[in-house]
Amino acid sequence: MLRLSADAYKRMIGHCYDGLPLEACGLLAGHADSGKAEVFYPCRNEAASAKLYRIGIDWMKAERDADERGIEIIGIVHSHTHTDPYPSPTDIENAQAAPTMHYVIVSLRDTAPMARSFRITDGTVTEEFLTVEGR
Amino acid sequence: MPVEVRLPTILRQHAGGQASVRANGETLQEVFDDLVRQFPGLAGQVVTEEGALHKFVNVYVNDDDVRYLDKLNTKLTGDEVVSILPAVAGG
Repeated sequence: MLRLSADAYKRMIGHCYDGLPLEACGLLAGHADSGKAEVFYPCRNEAASAKLYRIGIDWMKAERDADERGIEIIGIVHSHTHTDPYPSPTDIENAQAAPTMHYVIVSLRDTAPMARSFRITDGTVTEEFLTVEGR
Repeated sequence: MPVEVRLPTILRQHAGGQASVRANGETLQEVFDDLVRQFPGLAGQVVTEEGALHKFVNVYVNDDDVRYLDKLNTKLTGDEVVSILPAVAGG
């Protein structure tokens, strides 16, 4: 289960819209044990594509800030601009790089954004509850 | 002079939980060799058995991606910070 603070949720959704027409991406930091994410770090999509995303040096900057706050990177966010919020074959293949992460996908296909969270282990996708806490 | 090597959260378990360690070497290859000598659990995590950078990591010297420098042959003076990061991408 992934529990997002309201602030992290709002920033995540806003960043995904800001990235249009390209895919947007970012990182969530918080506590791995409880699955609580407090901070969203917007990242530059180094692929600069509507169909792909790639996080580069922004991961380092996010991790340094998270270290200072005493939290850690626990989630990876990206948007799907025109498709369901479900991991693509490319997402599943590349999840081997960070198999312990929560993978959040925000679909902007419909009028309202739809965010879903997954764990991706050894090529197996498992959806988990995604909740937003507070206001 | 040893360089600082920053590890991402997912690799820290192989280095006693440390976020930052020091390793010796005049090139990136030598630094990673020393890193694995100190922390054998990192073997295969950054450099493959074939001797190439693992496709699931990005390595930066200061702010520069080493794939655009001289890869594992990138020379180091000791003043740099080497950062290893998960190469996260998808579609």
